[in-house]
Amino acid sequence: MTEFEQPVLSVSNLNKQFGKGCPSCKDLNEDSLKKNYCPVCGTVYACHDITFEVYAGEILGVVGESGSGKSTLMQCLYFDQEVSSGEAYISSYKDGKTDVFAESSQQKRYIRNHIMGKVYQNPLLGLRINFTSIGNIAEKLIAAGNRHVGKMEARGKELLEHVNIPIYRIKEAPKNFSGGMQQRVQIAKALSNNPPLLLLDEVTTGLDLSVQASVLDLIKTIQRELQITVVIVSHDLGVIRMLADRTMVMLDGRIIEQGLTDQILEDPQHGYTQHLVQSLL
Amino acid sequence: MEKILAIEHLSKTFVIHNLNKQIEALHDVCIDLKEGEFVGITGKSGSGKSTVFKCIYRTYAPQQGCIWYHSKKFGLINLAELSERQMIYLRKYEIGYVSQFLNIMPRTTARELVKQAVLEMGYEEERAELEAVKMLEHFELDQELWDCYPGTFSGGEKLRLNIARAMVKRPKLLLLDEPTASLDPASKLKVRELIEQLKREGTTMIGIFHDIEFMENLCTREYTMRDGKLADLEL
Repeated sequence: MTEFEQPVLSVSNLNKQFGKGCPSCKDLNEDSLKKNYCPVCGTVYACHDITFEVYAGEILGVVGESGSGKSTLMQCLYFDQEVSSGEAYISSYKDGKTDVFAESSQQKRYIRNHIMGKVYQNPLLGLRINFTSIGNIAEKLIAAGNRHVGKMEARGKELLEHVNIPIYRIKEAPKNFSGGMQQRVQIAKALSNNPPLLLLDEVTTGLDLSVQASVLDLIKTIQRELQITVVIVSHDLGVIRMLADRTMVMLDGRIIEQGLTDQILEDPQHGYTQHLVQSLL
Repeated sequence: MEKILAIEHLSKTFVIHNLNKQIEALHDVCIDLKEGEFVGITGKSGSGKSTVFKCIYRTYAPQQGCIWYHSKKFGLINLAELSERQMIYLRKYEIGYVSQFLNIMPRTTARELVKQAVLEMGYEEERAELEAVKMLEHFELDQELWDCYPGTFSGGEKLRLNIARAMVKRPKLLLLDEPTASLDPASKLKVRELIEQLKREGTTMIGIFHDIEFMENLCTREYTMRDGKLADLEL
């Protein structure tokens, strides 16, 4: 059956290894590796043969235990890390048939500033913690080529209002804010250029329940209003159940299972996924 | 009449890796459904009634057999082998599912919940509001409750909201998973009226019910399940 729509992001055979590898772990068989680590040369195979697609207006969840390669995958997609091999295509970049991993660093910067937004687990990575909040948003807008101060300020105010940062605190630096507020400033910053693709890396981890709820509500509302595509990494299955349309499960750098979220949660096929779902409180 | 759904030789076995166990839930189930029909399924707890529904809705991945469905968008397709994106589309536009529990996003009011179902289909805010209000009125949910969180609703109110949410999309096929369980006789009567109303409106439905009395005179046909298999067909 032919597909009835085009993916916004399609990634094929993404590999990421830390270290050179050695003859004993070259073939990546299970005997020579401990999980995804080679005990002989110390190479870590963080992502192995990752292939997936995300479609317009869809939320894709990524779950897995610590060290399964979820964050490395997100870093590769946002060009924070260079991939070892693999290809990725973004429908709104050029003709959609250009491998973005093979582009020059200028082009990658363009993609990052115009097509993608990312929210890090740690606000220190996503924000300049000593800048003002509105300045943080202006930074991303300037990087995307905006130069009109009045327009940028208006846009910044609009965004910060949208994420419920009080208007009288927008000139304050995020270092004075609570964790939840910092996370919301990050979301505003990530959304500032209306990116069609949003990458969320453990956005709610470490937040208390009520703040977590407001951040989740915000993501859901924004996603519906702007019809953006979201890839969300989390080890909180409740978050995934609430947000994601489809989910993929990672273990030791590989995707072991992917499917509709309720199918993954109610009828998991792989032993690890069953173990994970049974651990749900 | 045209067949909307044809389940052919459906089997489903759950493999539980940690316990090294296999549980056979469905064995060679065949069910037909024509347009405008209301087919009922009865059977004891654990006989596999809900499993059939979940296989249709793809909450469970079917293993063997085919689930042929006549889609407005895709034509005749096998739900057992459909791509996930197509299933998401069908869930949004064509197949409604009413479970006995209200699975909802927390902190969402009844009105929002029904509205969201319309917004999902790509309609504008005003249209969604209009449709939502119409549906809530239609299913006689108390107006005071519209802007409350459904967590505090009674069983009957939750059910009506649940049906309103599914029906606002005007689905081609509606799956009713024990809509009368845990309801008092008066509420059951309401549900009965509701189903009759849906029937008059021409919705094709398939429902799971515990009490056979309830199903009488309501269903076009009924199936009985026993230990994951279909028992003899009754009229």
